Amino acid sequence: MALRMVMGNEAAVQGALAGGCDFYAGYPITPATEILEEMGRRLPPRGGVFLQMEDELAAMAAVVGAAWGGARAMTATSGPGFSLMQEHIGYAAITQTPCVVIDVQRGGPSTGLPTLPAQGDVMQARYGTHGDRPAIVLTASSVREAYTTTRKAFQLAERHRTPVVVLLDAVIAHMREPVELPPLPEPALNPWPGSSGTEPPFGAHPFTPFGGPSPIVVTGLSHGEDGWPRTGAGQATERMLKDAIAGIAEDPSLTQGVERYCMDDATVAVVAYGITARAAHAAVETLRAEGERAGLLKLDVLWPLPEAALLEAAEQVDGLLVVEMNLGQLVMPVRAVVGGRTHVAHLGRADGLLLSPDVIARRLQALTASVRS
Amino acid sequence: MPRFGESVDRYLRRELLPTVWCPGCGNGSIVQALAMALARIGREPEDVVVVGGIGCSGRTPFYLATNALHTTHGRALAFATGLKLARPDLEVVVTSGDGDSLAIGGNHFIHAARRNLDVTLLLFNNAIYGMTGGQAAPTTPTGSRTSTSPGSGSTERSFDAVELAMAAGATFVARTTTFDVQEMPLYIERAIRHRGFSMVEIITQCPTYYGRLNRLGEAPAMLVWERDMTGEPSDDQHGWKTGVFRDDDLPAYGDLTGQNSVRTRA
Repeated sequence: MALRMVMGNEAAVQGALAGGCDFYAGYPITPATEILEEMGRRLPPRGGVFLQMEDELAAMAAVVGAAWGGARAMTATSGPGFSLMQEHIGYAAITQTPCVVIDVQRGGPSTGLPTLPAQGDVMQARYGTHGDRPAIVLTASSVREAYTTTRKAFQLAERHRTPVVVLLDAVIAHMREPVELPPLPEPALNPWPGSSGTEPPFGAHPFTPFGGPSPIVVTGLSHGEDGWPRTGAGQATERMLKDAIAGIAEDPSLTQGVERYCMDDATVAVVAYGITARAAHAAVETLRAEGERAGLLKLDVLWPLPEAALLEAAEQVDGLLVVEMNLGQLVMPVRAVVGGRTHVAHLGRADGLLLSPDVIARRLQALTASVRS
Repeated sequence: MPRFGESVDRYLRRELLPTVWCPGCGNGSIVQALAMALARIGREPEDVVVVGGIGCSGRTPFYLATNALHTTHGRALAFATGLKLARPDLEVVVTSGDGDSLAIGGNHFIHAARRNLDVTLLLFNNAIYGMTGGQAAPTTPTGSRTSTSPGSGSTERSFDAVELAMAAGATFVARTTTFDVQEMPLYIERAIRHRGFSMVEIITQCPTYYGRLNRLGEAPAMLVWERDMTGEPSDDQHGWKTGVFRDDDLPAYGDLTGQNSVRTRA
């Protein structure tokens, strides 16, 4: 292995293939298009299926259909396409279909700023489909993490039988960094474990796609563990959703999805994710050099929100600064979790420009001054 | 040698009868015709997936003893596309209504046809939205009354699904009616055996909405109306032509690229 300059989107593809991805359906959209193109080059020679669909609704539908055919399936898109995929993300959730969606965030709403970065899909990734669902939303703040996070997304989708969203942004996606990525394993037939035909197809059981010993019924209607529609009030779907939500809330690989930087003696800390966490890291280094006790909580999992880590930090510091490229999204649940234990300030922008280390450092200094006074 | 009725029963969930559909609805006739076609073809029920959309037609998969994939409104063909390419060895049949396939799902309809994807679409055309209570559909004939085209009836022109499918590139295209109970299973069988995108449009009666709002009477009268409204392709005097309009042998999607899932290569 050797260091190579790799683009974030390319690393995400490599991570998906390392995670077992063997089916991709997508639609061109800036700044996610390289994922589509790279999958088109790399999947068919590995025996996988690549498909360019007529729109993002169709892409997400094809992903769910392929998953029920036994595939490890994914798609990738950006804001406008992510909006179109929401109905089928909900379908994947209620049918407990493992699959992966990468959303490379760009400025919105609507067509917005097609080539410029944003972090405005944080709430859509969690709440974009109607109804409640167990939401797993991961993020990455480097090209290397674009690889590791996408690979991990396939493991989580399989473990929890639910769609997993990877939120990248236009900078991470298009940035090239020197990384060393492990060679891909040989493509292998990787059957789902739960195809014995003796367990019901839904509930807390391994995923059982079509093609097993007995027919399966799959529906987006409320249904029982046998898959058959139950559409009266008080039916089984609420319990299945609650079980799934509890399952992801207890998964340590999700609840511990936080990196702490200079937190041991910090009196003030930044909460950041994605490309913004890189700038926040530099800001903390600057402040530390100036003798200030600043720290960083870098969130690698946005949903379920790593509440224990946030609470622990809130008990320790005099103030938290949530920094994100939107006009105030993740700051709301952070405030709800912290519940007044410390002051929570927000620094955001949604004009397509990055939040620079200098701006973050100055804002953090202002926060320090205000909580001391 | 089992009697034919017994072999058809293998493909039906009789325990679910009566169906969710209204008395006199034509959809039950289509379920029977599909079961007869599957029995003639003889694939194991677990190797067949019936994919439904949303609406009255979308409930069809529940009545077949095969795998059932009951999807979202208009998108059944998009789900079927992913499924078929992931598991080309499975037989995939889509049941979809005129609103499902030609309004909300029109894009997927033309692109599945264009790709010549090897699935079969049974297009249930009752010329109206039944599940939601009788609204105008893209197939509602001009002048027909619906709950959203009251008074002198729909002022819009209607789609001809057969012409649309052929223009979009479908390689097997047929139309029949629920009156033609002997012809219908034969067309469905040919469509399923066809390699490439096959569509059978089936004119089916909706006595509850289309029939009542347009004073066509109960189901028996509507079947006679279906008979009187249809003619051979050479017949210029009638609204709907029935028959097989295209049966071409062209490469199906995936044949040219050699794309085949790792699951079926192993």
